[in-house]
Amino acid sequence: MSEKTLSVNKTLLTPFNIFAGIVLIIGFFITVLRFTKGLGAVTNLSDNNPWGLWIGFDLLCGVSLAAGGFVTSAAVYIFGMKRYHSAVRPAILTGFLGYALVVFALHYDVGRPWRLPYPFLVQSGTTSLLFEVGACVALYLTVLFIEFTPAAMEWLGLKKARNIVVRLTMLLTIFGVVLSTLHQSSLGALYLIAPSKLHPLWYSTYLPVYFFVSSIIAGLSMVLFESTLSHHYFEDKMDETHLKENTGVTLGFGKAASLVLAGYFTIKIIGIAISNNWHYLTTGYGAWFLLELLGFVALPCFLYAVGVRDKNVKLIRWTALLTVLGIVLNRLNISLIAFNWQLPSSERYFPHWMEIMVSVFIVVVGILVFRFIVTKMPILYEHPDYKDNH
Amino acid sequence: MEGGFYTLQDFMTYTKGITYLIMIVSLFSITGFWLFLTDRDTDTQSPEHHKTEHH
Repeated sequence: MSEKTLSVNKTLLTPFNIFAGIVLIIGFFITVLRFTKGLGAVTNLSDNNPWGLWIGFDLLCGVSLAAGGFVTSAAVYIFGMKRYHSAVRPAILTGFLGYALVVFALHYDVGRPWRLPYPFLVQSGTTSLLFEVGACVALYLTVLFIEFTPAAMEWLGLKKARNIVVRLTMLLTIFGVVLSTLHQSSLGALYLIAPSKLHPLWYSTYLPVYFFVSSIIAGLSMVLFESTLSHHYFEDKMDETHLKENTGVTLGFGKAASLVLAGYFTIKIIGIAISNNWHYLTTGYGAWFLLELLGFVALPCFLYAVGVRDKNVKLIRWTALLTVLGIVLNRLNISLIAFNWQLPSSERYFPHWMEIMVSVFIVVVGILVFRFIVTKMPILYEHPDYKDNH
Repeated sequence: MEGGFYTLQDFMTYTKGITYLIMIVSLFSITGFWLFLTDRDTDTQSPEHHKTEHH
């Protein structure tokens, strides 16, 4: 074996690769089990809890954390903030992979996944919120795919096709914003049908607004979090422009996230006031709600502001992680923790270890695909043939 | 607040009243927060812009 082969083998056996390999093998076996034995064999789902971790985490968190695509492209192309241009491609890629994995996860969760296209072909209930979510996610995934293709085409050397798609940028961005506004809010609206099941502190007629506003926070924070990880692991792939613009992106996105968090905090308080739910705050669920509201909304809002004032990039990056965790907590609270809160504990849902493993499997698949694309395609740098050609 | 309201009007008057008060407080506090967030802003563009402003 040559020295070169030896060194390649050595670098492939990193702790992450070993972990990813184990997760992929376990994920493969659970996948076989899920599609041969059915949902009952691998999940704790029941008639009381037909939506479990795969909806609460993979879908609700996946969609909100993938909002960075529409937030960043709207900022750059619609509002003309060209100084954030280097953040667009990583954000679009994160968004595209996020939505692709949401659809991938849905194949596990939906009882008969081959019927996923049915809403478009068979049913007649176009007034259903779930239809709207399905239609928007399908359309937006297509939009994100087209928005992502210029990077792949530059890599493959398809110059003409790439130039045609680049000319569609503004149109695709507008589509992206419209579709995201629709389905981010509709995901919250899905829970409007369950006022007796969702705890009053989380249930509100403003749920669609909460979901949409918090998706903007999630998108901004996820761009910051993803950029932190990229700087740690792929700095050698970044060109000078990307490195130069990074501080400006961090401060700008941190400031925007802080302001939106302040607005979100305010409308959450108004939600309690309008339903007169103050008395619930002194209960156990109230303490949990306050932890979410103060620890994962008010605190990051303040920390972002301090980070922006002090130009403390490190603080902003840590705050982005805290905010992302807060969004995950919020979605899990609504879909699992505060859902069916009145049922006795024996009837409550806790995910089966195989459900958790499938979620980990999907996240690992996402990271591996992200790593492959970032390593091969011009995501963190501009292709030399297309410098300043946007 | 259970048992405190006898009509929907009572309930709406109370909750809307509190909501309007919160909105007035919010208008002032978000303005204050905006000033806190931006009062050290000299670099509205990029770090490069920032550098050129100070040199």
